[in-house]
Formats: sequence, C-alpha cells, structure tokens
Amino acid sequence: MAQRTRQGLFALAVAMLAIGAWLGLSWAPPDREMGDVQRIMYVHVPSMWMALLAMTLNFACSIGYLLKKSWAFDSLAEASAEVGMLFGAVGLALGSIWARPTWGVWWTWDPRLTTAAILLVAYAGYLALRRFVEDPERRAVWAAVTGIVAFVDVPLIWYSVQWWRSIHQIQSSPKTVDPQMVLTLRWNTFAFLALGIFFIWSRYRVAQSERRHELAAPPTLPSAPQGLTASGVRL
Amino acid sequence: MNARHPPGLLEGAFLILRKDLLIEWHTRARLNALLFFALATLLIFSFALGPDTKLLEQNAGGYLWLAILFASLMALGESFRVERENASLDGLRLLPVNPRAVFLGKALGNAAILFGLSLVLIPVMVGLFGVSLALGLGSLGLILVLGCLAISAPGTLYSAIASNGQARDVLLPLLLFPLIIPALLAAVKATSLVFQGDPMSQLNSWLLLLGGFNLTYWGLGVALFPQVIEE
Repeated sequence: MAQRTRQGLFALAVAMLAIGAWLGLSWAPPDREMGDVQRIMYVHVPSMWMALLAMTLNFACSIGYLLKKSWAFDSLAEASAEVGMLFGAVGLALGSIWARPTWGVWWTWDPRLTTAAILLVAYAGYLALRRFVEDPERRAVWAAVTGIVAFVDVPLIWYSVQWWRSIHQIQSSPKTVDPQMVLTLRWNTFAFLALGIFFIWSRYRVAQSERRHELAAPPTLPSAPQGLTASGVRL
Repeated sequence: MNARHPPGLLEGAFLILRKDLLIEWHTRARLNALLFFALATLLIFSFALGPDTKLLEQNAGGYLWLAILFASLMALGESFRVERENASLDGLRLLPVNPRAVFLGKALGNAAILFGLSLVLIPVMVGLFGVSLALGLGSLGLILVLGCLAISAPGTLYSAIASNGQARDVLLPLLLFPLIIPALLAAVKATSLVFQGDPMSQLNSWLLLLGGFNLTYWGLGVALFPQVIEE
C-alpha cells in the first residue's frame, strides 16, 4: 500500500513538473526587464524553498530524536538533510546561472547567496559527521545536536551577512506580479514539493533499513537473520 | 569544599576549570604551541600579501581573528584529547557533578586560553602591522573577551563530538567553521573599527551580534552537552 502511494507520488511529481515546465517556459509571460531569462525563477525559487523546508524538517526531527530517541526521527533527519542539500545545491546553481545575465557575475556576496552557501557547507559538515561515526546511537545523538546547533545559526548568519553587505531583489508581493506568473510559480512549488516528499520518503526507507541492519547484525555475524534483512521489511 | 555534598553547577564548573588550567600550567605545552602557531600564522599572512603596510594595517582585524580561530582548533581538540587519554572522560562522567558543569568549566577554560593568546597577539599586531588603537583598550578588551567566548562555546560542544569520531582533525573545522561565521564577522568588523576609528558608530551593532551569538550558543551548549557525553 505504502509502496503504491510512493510510486503514485512519483508519477504525480513527474506529471506536475512536466506541466510546470510548459507553464514556465511558454504559458507565463516574459519579464518586462529580464525577458525570458527570468523564467529560471520558476525552478530556482521552488528548489530553494524545498531546501529550507527540508532543513526545517531536519531541525524538527533532531529535536524529536533527543526527546523521544526514536529511530524514525533519526532516519527522517538523515533523509531530509540529504534531500535539503540536493535542492539547496540545485537552487544555488540555478541562481548562479540566473545571476550571470542579469547581474553580470556568477557570484556576488549578497546576504541571501552567502547565507545559502554557508548553510550548504554547514549541512555538508552534518552529513560528514554521520559518515564518520559508526555507532548508530552515538551518531544519532551527535547528529541531532549538530542539526539543532546548525539550524539555530540561520538567523544569525542572515543578520550578520546583511549588515556586512547588502543586490538580491527582495521578494515581489503576489499583488504586483502578473497572475500568470504567480500561478506558474505556485504550480511549480507544489511540483517540487511532491518531488521533495518522494525523495525524502525514499531516502527515509533506505535509512530505516540501514538502521535495522546496523542494529540487528553484530559485525562478527556473517548475515542478519532472515526476517530482518532490508528487502523483506515493510514500512 | 565539603566532601559530603556534591558541588553545585557553578562550583563544579569552577573545579573543572581549575583542573584544566592546572594541567595546562603544569605542562604549558599547549599554550606554547598555540602561541607560536598563532604568531607563525600572523607572519604568513604578511608574506601572502607582500610588504604593503597599508594593506596589512587595513586587514589587521581579519588576520588577528583568523590566527585565533586556527589556533582555537588546536586548543579545542586538545581539551578533549586529554580526557580521552586514560579514559578520564569516564571519570568526569562518574563525578557527582552536573554534566553541564563539565561543559561550563571546559568552555570557560578554552575561552581563557584563547583570550590569553589574543593578549599576546595584540602587541605583535601593533609592531608587525603598525595598527593603532583608535578606540582604546577597553573596547578592544571587550571584543576579545566576547569573541573568544563565542568561539569557545560551540567549539567545546563540537570538540566533544569530534574527539570521539574517526577523522577528528577534519571533523572539528568542518563543523565549526560554517557555524562560527557570524561571530567571526562581528569580531573582525568590531576589531577593525577599534583599529581605524568608528565615525558611523557601528561598533554597538557588531557587539550586539557577538553578544547574541554568545547567548545562543552558551545556552545551547548547556542544554545539549549532557546528551553529547552521555554513554
């Protein structure tokens, strides 16, 4: 059943992305100043939002793990951090491609860019920590602590970099923007959301079976008991 | 000290701090190594940029804090390495003190060592880069104290984590550097204002940021540390 739902979600995400691509590339009007270049917004903005959403989920799961010590929280935290990294990296690359024709540079030390870049490096540290610690329980606790400590830094990074220097346009209010543009952005946001949930869900399943494997089979035993192997378990 | 009552949080923190500083004082190995490491870093910066006195003077605040930050990696790593040896962390864990006291003691000890280091580096900066203290020693002292505390709180928390894992020398900077950016930025900006004067009175907002960073991470450290060292 869960498997069916997950496959359905994937199909939905792909269909929505296909329609979203058509909406963004031909249906929505070009920007008055930036022309067709602005169309990259319909993928850049949703992937950044998804990255932030995933990292917020990571934060919530980190707190959840420290309170309840449940493996589900740990696996979900791992899944959301990885998927957040993916969307963040894609969003940053797309932003960089957009910046080149509009601002004339690939990179500038604008508060948003800088904050996003610092966040990616911080979560790279988080993922590295997960790889370096072998004991699953120690790893879960330390990762949770690191997830909380890194997320709390976001507003501080934001303010410090804003004071440090301030080119990125502020968000436009939906009222001043062509309704076709707003609809396209909303559609794409939901398409990315469906894709993001699919990714996190799939990664969560992998993480759960990894946990099960780590906890079930001591390293000296040649194999895990039959009922506990990754393939035979339903979530 | 009364042997029959376990010490409270602050007393426990003080005892741990005293123990750490005593170990430090007996060997003096860490302090010496740190000092020469930081001095070498300052020298290297001069060579990296060439003998342009104006440029060196302008960026002096940045070099000072990078030297302190790099040195802090050694200091922080060492503060838990001494506990790994002979498994004395288990001893600390068994002590009838609140584990939060261990965090406070260790973090204060690290901050004190970094502050001592920065006190030695300032005259060197004046000599080497020709900086002048436009805003006086008081504000510089305050910045140094806040900056060292800001590195030490998340640094001690992460050092406790990194000292256990594999590849601990890589892990600490990987975790700490992105996190410390707001504090580093604020400390560098504030120090530059002290060196070059503050015509727009921006010093307070940077000090506020440093203060906020300290409040956040000392709070998080106290709240989360018991989980980190729990076995």
